[in-house]
Amino acid sequence: MDWFKKPKYTTVRVSAKKKTDIPDNLVTRCPGCSEIVFNKEIEKALRTCPKCNHHFNIPARERIQLLADNGVLLEETTGRIKAANPLEFPDYTEKIEKGSKKTGLQDAIQAGICTIGGKRTALAVTDFDFMGGSMGSVIGEEIARLIERAIKERLPVVIVSASGGGARMQEGIVSLMQMAKTSAALARLAAAKLLYISVLTNPTGGGVTASFAMLGDIIMAEPNALIMFAGPRVIEQTIRQHLPKRFQRAEFLLEHGMLDMIVKRQELKHTIARLLPISCP
Amino acid sequence: MAQENGLEFEKAIIELEKKIEELRSFTDDQSLNLEDEIKQLEERAEKLRDEVYTNLTPWQIVQISRHPQRPHTLDYIKGCFEDFIEMHGDRAFIDDRAMIGGVAWLEKKPVMVIGTQKGSDTKENLYYNFGLPLPEGYRKARRLMKFAEKFGMPIITLVDTAGAFPGLEGEERGVAEAIARNLSEMSTLRVPIVVVIIGEGGSGGALGIGVGDRVLMLNHAAYTVITPEGCAAILWKDRAQAPRASEILKLTAPDLKKMGIIDEIVPEPRGGSHRDPGAVIQSVKKHLVKELGRLTSANIDQLLEERYNKFRRIGFFVPADG
Repeated sequence: MDWFKKPKYTTVRVSAKKKTDIPDNLVTRCPGCSEIVFNKEIEKALRTCPKCNHHFNIPARERIQLLADNGVLLEETTGRIKAANPLEFPDYTEKIEKGSKKTGLQDAIQAGICTIGGKRTALAVTDFDFMGGSMGSVIGEEIARLIERAIKERLPVVIVSASGGGARMQEGIVSLMQMAKTSAALARLAAAKLLYISVLTNPTGGGVTASFAMLGDIIMAEPNALIMFAGPRVIEQTIRQHLPKRFQRAEFLLEHGMLDMIVKRQELKHTIARLLPISCP
Repeated sequence: MAQENGLEFEKAIIELEKKIEELRSFTDDQSLNLEDEIKQLEERAEKLRDEVYTNLTPWQIVQISRHPQRPHTLDYIKGCFEDFIEMHGDRAFIDDRAMIGGVAWLEKKPVMVIGTQKGSDTKENLYYNFGLPLPEGYRKARRLMKFAEKFGMPIITLVDTAGAFPGLEGEERGVAEAIARNLSEMSTLRVPIVVVIIGEGGSGGALGIGVGDRVLMLNHAAYTVITPEGCAAILWKDRAQAPRASEILKLTAPDLKKMGIIDEIVPEPRGGSHRDPGAVIQSVKKHLVKELGRLTSANIDQLLEERYNKFRRIGFFVPADG
């Protein structure tokens, strides 16, 4: 489908936002409430607006700091492989390099083993700053490996998605097949009766939503996160439908029965830590 | 037989074919002898067909895969099976007409057939919602697959869709979840699954019924993560560059076979299935009989292991330091 038009849309929005979000001085105009807020206060509130609770996007590294005990992975499983360019897609190699430079990652994912609230857990986080967090061979492979490892060591799995890009167009059909690959790995995790918590953050779309992101035993989302299959612009252009306010936001999905809960960033770790013990020891 | 709806690149061929037919009927009516002239035109037409159809570009293949007169799921159901009893609904909300399913008999054995259905004209397309399934279509498919698993029936899926319906309803009712659930469950269903891409394989909406032990693809079908038009719009902000995008996307059957995405190519009549639907339907039937014969005699646990590995090994990456 045409959901891949989506990344362009979000990229534009987010990068436009970023201009106002992160000036190099002391204050930021919050895109949620338009108030001027001290950066220090935003940082203190885990990169949310202390006035309106707007959740700023955060990179994978920060997400891991936020969730893992002591803010670190005990063992990082990602970083050993990087994307090839199977289609020889124009500018793909450059885009990977750019994403790498921006995030310090080999691809749009960081994953490994950590403890959360003392419980050993397999944790993966996708990173929007690396090509919109889109899933190509590397994300597919890293997630499949992590899940297989979790099955072997009987660990629960937490995946935090920030993948507005969905399946990565630059790897063509190969990206699409990563949806089948990750979903099949999760079927094995489910058969092993191990808990999988999927955390959806802003934005999550396309082939990522339609695979591992929506397969959680528990699915939670951060407030106001954009979560979709087809992007709003694609829908407006192809079907010419008028879309309601708050469409495809976390609250909209909760109302329609697609999420278990919406959890504020400040409570995210605690909520996950409370749930993890229900997984097999 | 002359075609009604010619594609741009085959206009010359179709004009010639029409002329030949005209001359033929003229000879019949007037008992004139125009055999020589007809023969000459036939030769010219044959030469032209050779030129055009043996070197189809990916974009031409995309157009053929979308040809309205191309045989669709129901044509295959009618032509491949001895009997078919259609089943409806997801048991929760509606019956999605874009997704057809039911029990069919192939060589006297029951199988579950599920496929996306496009129409051949506007009226039919409105009825089948242009072959764009809603979440309920995928949930109906899943229900029928579980039914098949319960009664030990192999599953055949026929894929022909531009994708899942991109609209408010689909998003509200969780089309992403419906597709994801199918991907996960199809990987573990304890009956053989054969997938045939018969026309358009449009991204997640196609994959939502596209996980199986064997994935076959018609020679002029197209299977892609994004439409060439969509890809062109992103890359060059110009949908008219779709022909260029279809070269890049590697969406043809031979390319996908090379990359290990599909297992086998089912040949089509020259110029596309619509030029001889009967032949291609019989050819698909033959393939199905062969595949099911092999799969149904295999050990199911081993089959599931192979099914897992089939998708597990798809991916192109290199060592990070290399």
